[in-house]
Amino acid sequence: MKKEFKVIADLLPKNVRVLDVGCGDGSLMSHLIEKKNIEARGLELKKENVTKCIYKGLPVIEGNAETELNQFPNQSFDYVILSQTLQAFYNPERVLKDLLRIGKSVIISIPNFGYWKVRTSLLFFGKMPVTKTLPNSWYNTPNLHMCTIKDLFHFCAEKNIEIKKAIGINEDKTSEIKKGNLEIKNFFSKLGIFLIG
Amino acid sequence: MNYKTENIKTINVSQPLRLDCGQTIKDFPIAYETYGKLNKSKDNAILVFHALTGDQFVSGINPVTKKEGWWVTAVGPGKAIDTNKYFVICANVIGGCMGSWGPKEIDKKTNEPYGLNFPVITIRDMVKAQEALLNYLGIEKLLCATGGSMGGMQSLEFCTMFPNKTFSAIPIACSTSHSAQNIALNELARQAIMADPVWEKGRYLIKNVQPKNGLAVARMVGHISYLSEKGMQEKFGRKLQEKADYEFSFDADFQVESYLRHQGSAFVERFDANSILYITRAMDYFDLSKHFKGGLLEAFKNQKTKFLVISFSSDWLYTTKENKDIVIALNASGADVSFSEIKTDKGHDSFLLNEPEFLKTLKGFIDSMHVKFKNEKRI
Repeated sequence: MKKEFKVIADLLPKNVRVLDVGCGDGSLMSHLIEKKNIEARGLELKKENVTKCIYKGLPVIEGNAETELNQFPNQSFDYVILSQTLQAFYNPERVLKDLLRIGKSVIISIPNFGYWKVRTSLLFFGKMPVTKTLPNSWYNTPNLHMCTIKDLFHFCAEKNIEIKKAIGINEDKTSEIKKGNLEIKNFFSKLGIFLIG
Repeated sequence: MNYKTENIKTINVSQPLRLDCGQTIKDFPIAYETYGKLNKSKDNAILVFHALTGDQFVSGINPVTKKEGWWVTAVGPGKAIDTNKYFVICANVIGGCMGSWGPKEIDKKTNEPYGLNFPVITIRDMVKAQEALLNYLGIEKLLCATGGSMGGMQSLEFCTMFPNKTFSAIPIACSTSHSAQNIALNELARQAIMADPVWEKGRYLIKNVQPKNGLAVARMVGHISYLSEKGMQEKFGRKLQEKADYEFSFDADFQVESYLRHQGSAFVERFDANSILYITRAMDYFDLSKHFKGGLLEAFKNQKTKFLVISFSSDWLYTTKENKDIVIALNASGADVSFSEIKTDKGHDSFLLNEPEFLKTLKGFIDSMHVKFKNEKRI
């Protein structure tokens, strides 16, 4: 399983209700159900993935998180997970607001645009970065609103959203991000995972 | 329409059943068919509910019409609902005309076919009657309750009435209540039948005739609504029926006319006109929330059943939106629900056709539910 999913799973207590927005083929959901007795539900856009989830017996709803989150009632889940998708929405602010409405807490992960390799790509080569976490070129990337760990930190502060925990991932290493080490973690983390709400 | 009774399995339901209209009935027949074998642990039973013009003959060859069963694409040995593995049950709905208690049966009071003396029934009544069959077959809990269109409505009603009687359910191409458009189309079908002079206020069977013209028109209306605009255009376009040019008459010049006429005339051979009146009425009255004051949320409260709702993108009779409303209500009440929309041009009819993505989804869900159900039984 991806390191990112392990970190997310570790953030979750046992026996809670979780909505996985953009659940993909359901591998995180399977893990959470099996290992943590979590009641998981998924929302997924891609047909192929929806069918995969159904084959695994995972509850999945085919739909678009950008337009179809309104089907979930207020505070109907303990946790809502959004893995590396926030940057792909037309209106990430509205989606985030919806996630916070649905879940008592929200876990979001973002590919960090502040990562040093991304910065050097622009600084030294003058080209939009193409990395493992950002594999697409500028013309075919689904990412519309790239942000950095620092951006998300500031965003939460501005909107009065409490950050309960923030974790930076670089390869196999994880570390907690705090105000004091924000600059350095923003430079060295490929991925940021935030527990908010 | 006439059939030998030896081809039809029937049970007599002796316990009284109170219908929604207020009448209580007892000692009535339910005709049914089964496919595959019930296993020892009784964890492989699937109840299939049929749609408006269906019957209990889901798979194989229908012994009455000599044609293939109505869901042969999905049910049978090696099919999505594999009868080598699962025990499939289907009953003819009450109000129907394939051996279950319906308007063409003889009313013991008058010794004549019921006709319009048959009580107006509902989807709930149909489902209650089928529960008696499950009891007779000794099935406490189904693996799955499924059906398309009116069959989907029955599966939803089954889950709300008997929340512990099925492990999973697949309502396909249906809704939680009939829309104005659906009621309007049904009314068109009914009026076509009632306008036929042969119908005689439903008493035609006494003279041993059928209001064929009216019934055929009713079927044509149905068939138009089962296809999509695009599907129909692609299939027929403006193609002429075995002729080079217009004939300047009212014969079937266009292929689409010929198709509808054929569908209409084939249908009158196998269906009773009064049954159409009663069953379409039951569909119109269908409103899942009616018996639950708190609406749909209340209807689905404490559901343990695992649902898969399936819609078809070009279905304008039971649209994806209507199907999604089922999902939203299930979600809101915390139920375990999956949803998949199948992209197709085939319209409402899609659930009866060889739609690979649909059949794949059906199979994936049922097989995975079987594993889970077995585990639950073990615990």
